[in-house]
Amino acid sequence: MSEEKIRVLIAKPGLDGHDRGAKVVARALRDAGMEVIYTGLRQTPEMIAEAALQEDVDVVGLSILSGAHMALVPRVIELLRGEGLDDVMIVVGGIIPDEDIPRLIEMGVSAVFGPGTNTDDTVQHIKRTLKDR
Amino acid sequence: MMTHQAKTLVQNLLAGDRRALARLITLIENRAPGAAEALALLYPHTGRAYLVGITGAPGTGKSTVVNALTRELRARGQTVGIVAVDPTSPFSGGAVLGDRIRMRDLAGDKGVFIRSMASRGSLGGLAAATGDVVRVLDAAGFDTVLIETVGAGQSEVDIARTAYTTIVIDAPGMGDDVQAIKAGILEIADILVVNKTDRPGAQNAVRALRAMLDTGHRLRTIHHHGQINPQRGGEPSEPEYDFWQVPIIETVATEHNGLDSLVDAIDQHRAHLRESGVIQDRERQRIEAELADRLREALLNRLIAERSPGAIEAMIRRIQHREIDLGSAVRELLDG
Ligand SMILES: Nc1nc2c(ncn2[C@@H]2O[C@H](COP(=O)(O)OP(=O)(O)OP(=O)(O)O)[C@@H](O)[C@H]2O)c(=O)[nH]1
Ligand SMILES: [Mg+2]
Repeated sequence: MSEEKIRVLIAKPGLDGHDRGAKVVARALRDAGMEVIYTGLRQTPEMIAEAALQEDVDVVGLSILSGAHMALVPRVIELLRGEGLDDVMIVVGGIIPDEDIPRLIEMGVSAVFGPGTNTDDTVQHIKRTLKDR
Repeated sequence: MMTHQAKTLVQNLLAGDRRALARLITLIENRAPGAAEALALLYPHTGRAYLVGITGAPGTGKSTVVNALTRELRARGQTVGIVAVDPTSPFSGGAVLGDRIRMRDLAGDKGVFIRSMASRGSLGGLAAATGDVVRVLDAAGFDTVLIETVGAGQSEVDIARTAYTTIVIDAPGMGDDVQAIKAGILEIADILVVNKTDRPGAQNAVRALRAMLDTGHRLRTIHHHGQINPQRGGEPSEPEYDFWQVPIIETVATEHNGLDSLVDAIDQHRAHLRESGVIQDRERQRIEAELADRLREALLNRLIAERSPGAIEAMIRRIQHREIDLGSAVRELLDG
């Protein structure tokens, strides 16, 4: 009897100090039946890649409000690939200017969810994308 | 997953590949195809790690103690695997696993491996697969494996069965001081920790616990749950006693205070178990109970598979309609 669960790491890289949004997303994913590893504030890209490896997650969700996404996201992606975690899906949430979104997608981010996003959209995106694999 | 993939993962794990370790844990947690074979291949490599359980009411500081304890064990040259269990939501089947938040000091240390686990419907404080996941970390070569329970504060008996040394954590300000850990949980403690001794009321908690341990010696009854040994079946088994003075260790886990005493206490308990031979008894009991669980499950599944679909359903209806009693129903189902 096999019982697979979608495992998601929710991390807040960088120095901005509040994680209300990240927690709301974590709870929404839990309510959609996923197992969410919540790592808290001020995670370095190294910490995120290491946790993703140990927890064998399907998805890494990065919540970034500080504006440092163009530095943090590629670094996390580089480290994940360095660990051989190429197939981990990456989603980004927080305050991301529209013009940066295409560049993030190009780097390998699966989707970007802004502050107004309905958490259902995030849930659906994750479920659909993982199923299509 | 194909069998040869399971085999490759096991080989890579034994060669020290952390990715293979993580993937094998998932495989086993999901009871995916290949999991049983992987566990069989890993089993000869297990039995070397020392297993320590950490339990206690929510918020007493279990994860913070695990973080600080791991630092102390690392300073003493040991590698540490950690399994931290949090509850699965009974409504959605999902979970938020937050124990890593308190373990950030361990980031970047290759001598440490942390895995968060959801309880997935199991009620005894651990997940059904926790024992198997601990065996994977054992086979991976970690000297010590720390197991943090859900900490629901009620029935945490699984941990006493899984670990050699069980640490029960209390903290001041958790409501009526001892109340939080009274209900049977004191029974399973090999070491008591009063954490947050930087907080007011800590000395009251220590005094209350000491009073509960009163005479200084505790007789830990060795239970024979799920006994299947036919030679001992039937008559009630002789209780066995394990004379061990449960120490009370005071810690401030956030400041890394008191952890040297805690590691010393673990070492002493380990020596006690070894010298008294109790360690073999405990392992034997654990194996007996696990074997009984597995047999029960396997026999039930086999029976269900052998009977026509709906046979169980039909029997339930007959029992409900008072056409047959439970005992006769079991006999009829077994006889086919
Ligand atoms: N003052 C003080 N606070 C502490 C100490 N140890 C832990 N805490 C705090 O207590 C809170 C709970 O700590 P955790 O380690 O998450 O407790 P836990 O028992 O693992 O909690 P659950 O896993 O949710 O059951 C956190 O805010 C910690 O910072 C301590 O020694 N002193
Ligand atoms: Mg915890």
